[in-house]
Amino acid sequence: MMKKSFMTGNEAIAEAAVQADCRHFFGYPITPQNEIPEYMSRRLPEVGGVYLQAESEIAAINMLFGAAGAGARVMTSSSSPGISLMQEGISYMVGAQLPCVIVNIMRGGPGLGGIQPSQSDYFQATKGGGHGDYHLLVLAPHTVQEAVTLTMEAFDLADKYRNPVMVLGDGYIGQMMEPVEFGRKTRQSTHPLKSWALTGAKGRPPNLVKSLYLNPKELEEHNLEINKKIQDMIKNEVRVETLLIDDAEIIIAAYGTVARIAKTAIKVLRERGLKIGMVRPITLFPFPYETFAKISKRAQKVLVVEMSLGQMVEDVMLGLSGQGCVRFYGRTGGMVPSYDEIINETEKFITEGKA
Amino acid sequence: MRMQGKFEKIFERPRTLRSTATHYCPGCGHGIVARLLAEVIDEFKIREKTVGVAPVGCSVLLYNYLDIDMYEAAHGRAPAVATGCKRVNPESIVFTYQGDGDFVSIGIAESIHAAARGEKITTIFINNAIYGMTGGQMAPTTLIGQKTTTSPRGRTSEEAGFPIRMSELLATIDGAAYIARVSVSNPKNVIQAKKAIKKAFETQINGLGYSMVEVLSHCPTDWHMTPLESTKWVEGHMMPYYPLNEFKAPKRRN
Ligand SMILES: Cc1ncc(C[n+]2csc(CCOP(=O)(O)OP(=O)(O)O)c2C)c(N)n1
Ligand code: SF4
Repeated sequence: MMKKSFMTGNEAIAEAAVQADCRHFFGYPITPQNEIPEYMSRRLPEVGGVYLQAESEIAAINMLFGAAGAGARVMTSSSSPGISLMQEGISYMVGAQLPCVIVNIMRGGPGLGGIQPSQSDYFQATKGGGHGDYHLLVLAPHTVQEAVTLTMEAFDLADKYRNPVMVLGDGYIGQMMEPVEFGRKTRQSTHPLKSWALTGAKGRPPNLVKSLYLNPKELEEHNLEINKKIQDMIKNEVRVETLLIDDAEIIIAAYGTVARIAKTAIKVLRERGLKIGMVRPITLFPFPYETFAKISKRAQKVLVVEMSLGQMVEDVMLGLSGQGCVRFYGRTGGMVPSYDEIINETEKFITEGKA
Repeated sequence: MRMQGKFEKIFERPRTLRSTATHYCPGCGHGIVARLLAEVIDEFKIREKTVGVAPVGCSVLLYNYLDIDMYEAAHGRAPAVATGCKRVNPESIVFTYQGDGDFVSIGIAESIHAAARGEKITTIFINNAIYGMTGGQMAPTTLIGQKTTTSPRGRTSEEAGFPIRMSELLATIDGAAYIARVSVSNPKNVIQAKKAIKKAFETQINGLGYSMVEVLSHCPTDWHMTPLESTKWVEGHMMPYYPLNEFKAPKRRN
């Protein structure tokens, strides 16, 4: 059996990246994710890697652009305001088809907001975020162990699709301590060859990393090429956990920390004899629309719970395509819904219907 | 009569310069600097390990003219991109090629911090006192009194502050090892410019820190001048405010 370590989510994410062969990290301090850069500044030099504190998140994401373009496995981490600042660079990386992993340990917004956990960057993460026609692949862990496996996989997925991958956690996931195991199960024996990387044009024609296409016909072709990869992600990468949904009359839909709290609520509700199940999207993009489409056929009720004022709920409704009955419950600003609140809300749903 | 074998080739296109027409306007300074860069890369025999970064601006299409690996970067971010590249492959020779809007305005934080870190990269900074690509708006290096499309009555310090002397500013930074200002306004200055670019690359090759060459360059199109008038304007108006100088150079190693 693998040895278990007791770590915060932030540190576990950092170690997972190192074990997934990430050797370059660029970032800028912001709460509640500082343990990631701090860990990397200790750890990367031990394994011959480079940690560099950038002058801003704008510089950090552009250092990623440079490092990824040179062929490296590279990561940055930040929290909501810092991720906003990176959006132009993320868009450039998609345009130039560069792989990287971006960790967003979300805090409350808008503006400077607060430093407590939140899920209010769902729209930004899943619908593009920066300018242009694109999506990131977005992975949402709900335990520290899952943060480890998803971070490791994020590097493989980024290389596979030559597209940035976002690990979307919240302050809870980042700060919580849990026992974790690292043995990398997903390790590919070799990383894909990066023949496009800028390493000096020795014995080959020069490579070019760019996102500029002044001719609209060429830009359309380029965007279609990116979209083809997005369609492949939709086909191949949807991940979702379902719990007790077959006989359920009410399904709770939640991701990340909220899903964890909902699991406790469901246990209590089941003990009371109520038929409650759960759908937990693990990939927020691509979203598990199919799972909700199936639910819509059985006319189950869906309670969506988020640490936001209603963002994922829009995708749930898209999945249900107007069928079924949806109720939303959210807390915002760093307030976390308790399992009592979720139980209460579920019971009201049974008696009152949709809010 | 064929003269084969009788003449020695004494001038040719540098290996690093592609045989293609450029998009630069006739008489623009950019084309001269692109050639100087190609010559320097050839002379150091580093074409196969050189990586260039061309950000947004009239600079951006440099990747079409140089036969080397290149990035096209976001506006102002070339020094950060070059940093990422150099930190991954320290044996690469990495340079950025940036306009004044790029290097001194939107990207000034990246510019100063790359120098402060002593990042072992080279910047070629094209100062033409205007935003060329977007059609002649005011730049951070636009001179007091200079008319642009966004300073139509001439730049005033009351409204728009003062033009920034980037070489002097960067020369105060410990991580900067080589800083020089040159121009390409006449053949003599072009020869000096090449020497400075060579020293800047040499500084990087020797791993001594950050190097930057500011090139006072003419933009006949957006200055609404003939090419000849524009080179005279560099000498008569820009040079008094932006004196040519080698502000900082590594001590010669014996
Ligand atoms: C974020 C962003 N803002 C604005 C622009 C528009 N833009 C393109 S080039 C440019 C100015 C270029 O001027 P300069 O850097 O002096 O280079 P030149 O064209 O004179 O060589 C601007 C403002 C952009 N591409 N990206
Ligand atoms: S606009 Fe000015 S800087 Fe740009 S290519 Fe034309 S002359 Fe050169």
